[in-house]
Amino acid sequence: MTNISTFFYSIKQGVKNIHRNRMFSLASMGTITACLFMFGIFYFLLSNFQFMIRNAEGSVGVTVFFEKEVEQAGIDAIGNMLAARPEVDKIEFVSAEEAWEKFKEETFQGEENLEASFGEDNPLADSASYEIYLNDISKQAGFVKYAEEIEGVRQVNSSDTTAQGLTSFNVLVGYVSAAIIIILLAVAVFLISTTVATGISVRKDEIAIMRLLGATDYFIRAPFIVEGILIGFTGAVLPLFVLYFIYNKVIYYVQDKFGILSNILTFLDVSVVFKNLVPISLCMGVGIGFVGSYLTVRKHLRV
Amino acid sequence: MAYIENNPIIRLENVSKTYPAGTKALQDLSLTIQKGEFVFVVGTSGSGKSTLIKLLLKEIEPTSGKIEVNGQEVTAMKHKQVAKYRRKLGVVFQDFRLLKDRNVFENVAFALRVVGKSNYTIRRQVPAILTIMGLGDKYASFPRQLSGGEQQRVALARALVNRPPILLADEPTGNLDPRNSWEIMKLLDEINKKGTTVVVVTHNSDIVDAMQKRVITMKKGVMVSDEQKGGYSYDKH
Repeated sequence: MTNISTFFYSIKQGVKNIHRNRMFSLASMGTITACLFMFGIFYFLLSNFQFMIRNAEGSVGVTVFFEKEVEQAGIDAIGNMLAARPEVDKIEFVSAEEAWEKFKEETFQGEENLEASFGEDNPLADSASYEIYLNDISKQAGFVKYAEEIEGVRQVNSSDTTAQGLTSFNVLVGYVSAAIIIILLAVAVFLISTTVATGISVRKDEIAIMRLLGATDYFIRAPFIVEGILIGFTGAVLPLFVLYFIYNKVIYYVQDKFGILSNILTFLDVSVVFKNLVPISLCMGVGIGFVGSYLTVRKHLRV
Repeated sequence: MAYIENNPIIRLENVSKTYPAGTKALQDLSLTIQKGEFVFVVGTSGSGKSTLIKLLLKEIEPTSGKIEVNGQEVTAMKHKQVAKYRRKLGVVFQDFRLLKDRNVFENVAFALRVVGKSNYTIRRQVPAILTIMGLGDKYASFPRQLSGGEQQRVALARALVNRPPILLADEPTGNLDPRNSWEIMKLLDEINKKGTTVVVVTHNSDIVDAMQKRVITMKKGVMVSDEQKGGYSYDKH
C-alpha cells in the first residue's frame, strides 16, 4: 500500500515537473523525436535494402560453362564440387537443349521464320551450364574465383556490379545512420540531463524540506527519473505515428516515379517494419530518458 | 507531563564544530536533554545555536565529539540511515519553509507522503492535526493567504503529524508579532505536556522569562549557563 502510494505520487510529481519546466521538456522531447524519426527513416532504408538484397540474392545467379571436351561425368563432378560450397543455396543444370529452347523463347517471340532458319541446328550446342544461386551475395566474388579455377570450367558469368553495389550501399547506409544516430542520442541525453538539472534547481527548496522531513534518496529522485522516462517515451511515440503515416505514401511515390525499376524496388509491408521498429524505438526513448535523468540525479541529488 | 530524570534523549559529549573558513561555531559542548523536557537555547547571532540544530538534524558533521539522539549515535550513522533518523525529529523554522504552490492540507500531507504513508492515513491524520492547531477551516488555503502565525501553525502541524518524539524549533517566533508568538509558544507547551521533547532556539526574552523552562545560554560557541526554570540571562554573561 505504502509503496503503491509512493509510486503513484512519484509519477504525479514527474508529470508536474514536465509541466513546470515545459520549455526544456519540449526541447528534450523534440530532440528525441528528431533522433528517433531519423532512426526510423534509417531503419526503413536498411530493412528495405536488406529485403531488396535478399530478393536480389534469389534472382542474381552465377552461370558456369564447361570446356567442349568435358564429358557428362566430368560435368557431374564439377556440379558436386560447386554444390558442396557453403555459400551455394541452389544449383541447377541447364543442358544445351534447354539453353537453346530458353533462348528461342526469349529472343524469337512471334518470329517463326527466323526461328525456322536454324532448322535442327543448336548454336548453343556447347553451352550446357550450371545456374547457381548463392545464399549470401557478398560471397559471390570468392565463389566465382573458386569456380574459375576448377579444371574443365570454360567461363563463369556473374553480375558483380549488382551484387557488390547493393552490399556496399547497404554497409554505407548502416555506417552513416549509426554515426548520425549516435550523435543525436548524445544530444538527447544531454538535453534531458539539462532539463532534469533545471527541474532540480527550481525545486531546491522543496528538496531541502523533503530531506529535513526524512525523505529517502528514492523518494526524492524518483519524480526526476519518471520525468526523464516520460519525456523519452513521448519523444519516441510521436515519430512512430508520423513514420507510420508517411511510410506507405513514400513507397507509393517511389514506385510511381521509378516504375521502370519495379523488379528491384520491392518494399516491406508497413506492419512488418513496425513489428520491430515500435519496440526498438520505445526502448530507445525510455532508455535515453532513464540514462539522462539517472546520471543527473546521481550528480545533483545526494541526500 | 514532566520530564523523566536520567532518561536522556539528546546527549552531546565534547562536541566541537569548526567551519572550513576557520570559524569555531561550537567548542567542546557537552549537554544532556531528558526525554519530555522543554529547553530554550538562547544567545546572540554567532553563539552556535543554529549550528547545534544543524548538528542534531545531521545536516553537518561535528569536527569532534559524539552526539546521541534517541539512543542512536548520530555521528556514527551511515548515509542510508539518515532519512529514517530524521523522521524521529519534527522541525520548524523562523521562515516557516512551506511549499508555496501547495495548500495547507498538501503541505501537512507532504510530511506523511515523504515517509511513504498511504492516502488513507493521510486523509485521517492531516485533518486531525489541523484541528488541533486551530486550522480546521484553512485546509484549502495557500500559504500566501495566511498570516504569519497561521503559517507557523501549519509548519508545526507538518512537523508533528508524524508524531516525532523530539521537536526542534529554530526561532519559531522570529517573524511573528507578540500575540502570534504567544499562541505558538502555548502550542509548543501543549505538545510538550503530551510527551514530546521540545528544544526551542530563540531570541525572544519575554517568552523565555515568562515560561520558566530550562534555559541553555550560548556565547561564541560555548555554553555559559544551563538553568532549570531560568530566564533570558544572556546580558549577564
